[in-house]
Amino acid sequence: MLKDQDRIFTNLFGLESFGLQAARARGDWDNTAAIIAKGRDAIIDEMKQSGMRGRGGAGFPTGLKWSFMPKQSEKPCYLVVNADEGEPGTCKDRDIMRHDPHKLIEGCLIAGFAMGAHAAYIYVRGEFYDEGSSVQKAIDEAYEAGLLGKNAAGSGWDFDVYLHRGAGAYLCGEETALIESLEGKKGQPRNKPPFPAMAGLYACPTTVNNVETIAAAPTILRRGSAWFAGLGRPKNNGTKLFCISGHVNNPCNVEEEMGIPLKEIIEKHAGGVRGGWDNLLAVIPGGSSTPMLPREICDTVLMDFDSLRDVKSGLGTAAIIVMDKSTDLVRAIARLARFYMHESCGQCTPCREGTGWMWRVMERMARGNAKIEEIDMLLDVTKEIEGHTICAHGDASTWPIQGLFRHFRPTVEQRLRDYTALTKAA
Amino acid sequence: MSQHQHVLEADFQPASFEFTAENRALAERILAKYPANRRRSGMLPLLELAQRQHGGWLPRAAMDHVADVIGVPHIKAYEVATFYTMYNLKPVGAHVVQVCTNVPCWLRGSDGIVDACKKRLGIETGETTQDGKFTMMEVECLGACVNAPMVQVGDEYYEDLTPESMTKLLDDLSAGRKPTPGSQTGRRTSMSSAGATTLKSQALKAGVTYIGDE
Repeated sequence: MLKDQDRIFTNLFGLESFGLQAARARGDWDNTAAIIAKGRDAIIDEMKQSGMRGRGGAGFPTGLKWSFMPKQSEKPCYLVVNADEGEPGTCKDRDIMRHDPHKLIEGCLIAGFAMGAHAAYIYVRGEFYDEGSSVQKAIDEAYEAGLLGKNAAGSGWDFDVYLHRGAGAYLCGEETALIESLEGKKGQPRNKPPFPAMAGLYACPTTVNNVETIAAAPTILRRGSAWFAGLGRPKNNGTKLFCISGHVNNPCNVEEEMGIPLKEIIEKHAGGVRGGWDNLLAVIPGGSSTPMLPREICDTVLMDFDSLRDVKSGLGTAAIIVMDKSTDLVRAIARLARFYMHESCGQCTPCREGTGWMWRVMERMARGNAKIEEIDMLLDVTKEIEGHTICAHGDASTWPIQGLFRHFRPTVEQRLRDYTALTKAA
Repeated sequence: MSQHQHVLEADFQPASFEFTAENRALAERILAKYPANRRRSGMLPLLELAQRQHGGWLPRAAMDHVADVIGVPHIKAYEVATFYTMYNLKPVGAHVVQVCTNVPCWLRGSDGIVDACKKRLGIETGETTQDGKFTMMEVECLGACVNAPMVQVGDEYYEDLTPESMTKLLDDLSAGRKPTPGSQTGRRTSMSSAGATTLKSQALKAGVTYIGDE
């Protein structure tokens, strides 16, 4: 288990104040100017060495992403923090914002400097009203203490941080949709290229990073890349916030080492599966978009990007949704299908039409009212949607369904046969 | 737009809307966060401000006013107001109760929470009580999954609910009391209800039970 001394988020549960004084006592804002004095290239290099991969779900190497920002730019550069947390199962950034916002704000300054930006926008989902207010209070404190603004934290770098509230749209978690929304438009993703590092917010060079990624950066740079890289497994380094929800005895958030066995994290921190490990049916390991895993895989699988990819799922946001044997998996996936339909922005036909079609079929299958041949037709349709849309929402809408049939096809088929038999008898 | 047209032209739409002097000043402070030629970035926060001023819903006249303040055609405000779920395009009750029914909440009994609301309020999802006190909706994931099931009422989250505590919450709101947000079981935020499994020194200092290995 990760030792307390190696935790980044030492106020995860809000046992202490989120304010500046308490944050400083936890080590935040400790000689930030010295980190910045190392220079842009050194900071980016250190982030690359640390092995940090983006914590928003895709797991793209953070240092590499920062390095895509132009070294010289006529236009202003922007850092945009994606705090539009909404992937079902995920509630980690919420804890950072309400309990440790200074980590995020210090991270904005350092990351912003490393990418040549003088301003950061933190895009908080509108529903997180109190969380956004905590971040705003922390921003105000930072300005008052000279940690933001002109010559921020005595670094010689001018830097502003602004809070921007969303208004309810899952899709704005997609980086280009988030940028559109920040520009005051509907949250509909843009075609890439151009990538945001070339033309993002206001057509200026922009990097969009997740809250957890940015908030972890100051600690990584302070303690050194070797420390972070020494945790976890190769290419899956460091610590990670996990959210454990569903059928466990004690649902909770926890910071753990990357690569921790799924079984261990559930049993050590969440009090185990309700009714015992043998009562486990399936786990969605990384938020709603990641395909579910049956118990046999959960017995041994490790919680990191590559281990979960190897079993055809993903770490995503590390939101572990546990489902015990009382769960109607078909109904669960039908519910997720409704979610993806509801949240489709409507821009691309395969997603707009496909998510609704898949939901209607899944609803029928949940009742048993479908033909067995329709399973293959449904899976064919998922393949027609996947990879044929501007953003990953189309892909993400198909993965939960594919995961269900990959591991539980006989369960669904049995339901369809039972229904047919029942209606024939009637 | 077309699916919202009947709402934007309905009888309940007020003839006009204007920010109060205080909110007009606040609107300019919000707009100052963005470059001077990018006032449109203030669209979402200004629509929210207008909705708050207008008792929790956003009339067409308010969209027009926000577009005028920003300096863009009215349609730009309609596009945004009809895209995002937090803008209520019709009048709502004094308390808007939003029940999360996505999978993490559903696994922990959100069906029972929806039923408790329907029973206590005597309305169906999406409806407002006759006395105008409550509107109830089912919504997508609100991002408090380890504290499921949960609801949002106004700006606040109420978590770790049971049908009984949900009913009590509605009783309290109905009686004009302000229930304490957060977990309704007394549990500390997102920490395991059995006690802290990590952060030993912080837990002990805060007087929280520690059940970890160290």
